[in-house]
Amino acid sequence: MVIPAAIGAGLAVIGAGIGIGKIGGSAMEGIARQPEAAGKIQTAMIIAAALIEGVALFGVVVSMG
Amino acid sequence: MDLIIPSEGLLFWTTIVFVILLVLLRKFAWKPILGAVQTREGNIQKALDSAKDAEERMNALTAQNEDLLKQAREERNVILREAKAAGESMVAEAKESAQKDADRILVSANEQIANERMKAVVELKNQVGKLSLEIAEKILKSELDDKAKQESLVNHLVEDVNLN
Amino acid sequence: MMLYVKNISRIITVALFALLSLLPSNASATIVEGTVNSSKELNNFITHHVKDAHSWHIWGENKTQVNADGTVNVLSSTAIHIGLPVILIDNGLITANSDDFNELRWIEQDGDTTYYAQGKINETEYIMFHEKIYHLGSGLKLDEKGHPTNSRPLDFSLTQNVMSMLLSVVILMLLFLPAAKKYKKKGIVSAPTGRQNFLEIFVVFVRDEIAKPNIGEKKYARYMPYLLTIFFFIWLNNLLGLVPFFPGASNVSGNIAFTAVLAVITYLVTQFSGNKDYWKHILLPPVPKALYPIMIPVEIIGTLTKPFALTIRLFANITAGHIVVLAFMGIIFSAKNIGWAGLSVPMGLFISVLELLVAFLQAFIFTMLSALFIGTAVEEHSHH
Repeated sequence: MVIPAAIGAGLAVIGAGIGIGKIGGSAMEGIARQPEAAGKIQTAMIIAAALIEGVALFGVVVSMG
Repeated sequence: MDLIIPSEGLLFWTTIVFVILLVLLRKFAWKPILGAVQTREGNIQKALDSAKDAEERMNALTAQNEDLLKQAREERNVILREAKAAGESMVAEAKESAQKDADRILVSANEQIANERMKAVVELKNQVGKLSLEIAEKILKSELDDKAKQESLVNHLVEDVNLN
Repeated sequence: MMLYVKNISRIITVALFALLSLLPSNASATIVEGTVNSSKELNNFITHHVKDAHSWHIWGENKTQVNADGTVNVLSSTAIHIGLPVILIDNGLITANSDDFNELRWIEQDGDTTYYAQGKINETEYIMFHEKIYHLGSGLKLDEKGHPTNSRPLDFSLTQNVMSMLLSVVILMLLFLPAAKKYKKKGIVSAPTGRQNFLEIFVVFVRDEIAKPNIGEKKYARYMPYLLTIFFFIWLNNLLGLVPFFPGASNVSGNIAFTAVLAVITYLVTQFSGNKDYWKHILLPPVPKALYPIMIPVEIIGTLTKPFALTIRLFANITAGHIVVLAFMGIIFSAKNIGWAGLSVPMGLFISVLELLVAFLQAFIFTMLSALFIGTAVEEHSHH
């Protein structure tokens, strides 16, 4: 009962980690290319990361249930 | 699972507390603060604008001054040039009139000289005529005795007298 | 969530310190309640600390003796707590104090001793089991999952979280009202000083970084009071939760009821601000009419997932932060060796500092996403 939940939560977290990592990497590239747009890129990055995080947290919460 | 089931009590109290907080802060905090921040920003903008305006006016003034200066300089140059031209023309005129006077004086002098000479010649002629008449009288008186001699003498004299 | 707690502490305590933490629990001897003797007790300890409570425990513990008949004798106590009002709706309004639950009892659950309190209010017997109030009836009955099957009255108690929330309201008032008064008194000609300056930075931050870009220059002003209030309310409650002692340490913003209320308010604000374009997109989506029976419910559910995501995000982030800090501290007690402090204190400190960042970040994200949702509802765009 605990192990499948742990695996489910772990998978959700791995997915979110990859997703947020990609966003972060792309944002860095974007900022390096256009440092003057850093503020806008960061805001967009945080929003996108938050949305992915939301999905991952769904996964964690559902796997807890 | 307990953690993800919201309790009715906290739902209720959070709603009440949040709504009260929102109403209080909205009336007593956010309105004055946002209003003040906005007014201050407006003032700063206004100050910046007026500073810019003043600078622009300053610039315009400086430009105007420079314009005036340039104009004055040009005017001065024009005046100088005109004065110079006027002077030159005056000198030229003076020269010309002097020349004319000189010429006229010369001409009249020549005329006078010519007149005087004519007068002198006429006088001389008259004197010579008179003298000749006297001589002729004397000779006539002396020569009239000898008629032949008289005639040759008169001819001779007349030939001699034919000066002019 | 308990499983989540179990996962984390299993991973940390069992995997790393299995031998040290697997001590047998003995149910019929002197027990110091509030101390941790096994990984299971550590789980219970952590779960208890991230949950709401009917009384405000400040420090200390009870030394108790459990009896065979299910009663518990308190031998000695160093515990200091504040009893809080209990308000029940159970055939009328019933008010009491959490101290009225004064008969300590125990029950065997998963091979462990679980304590609960029993009390008589207005001639009715109630029990408080895992901080939930049930009718006693003919005694506490648990189902196979360990949840009581007893019926519950509606519980509107002023719990620890409610008190902590009220404290945050008082702090916000003390912070902002004098600052606002200063603006009124000194006028706007004076440069801001001290606290005024500090607060103004964040007010302007919310306006320029959150409201204006997401809602738009024209319509942002209407939503500023709401956005500012949720931003500071969430941030302050996050920070109060990070204070490890009274009157902090309550997990208000990590409580799903708290986050759900704020998310629902954002949802309502969004729906009530929705303009023609917004509703047209939901009720007349740009798809063939045959797909409407599928698309319209999908669009409506789509609007509902947003507040749900807001709820879960804030709750999970803050609760997880608390759990990780407590789990690091728990290593010392689970291993019963002060030497582990060399690991758990620096790690706990690191996580706490990280949580300071998360406290701000989550307040920012909640406000930002609220502004974004409101922004999409009021946005005017030409449909193609």
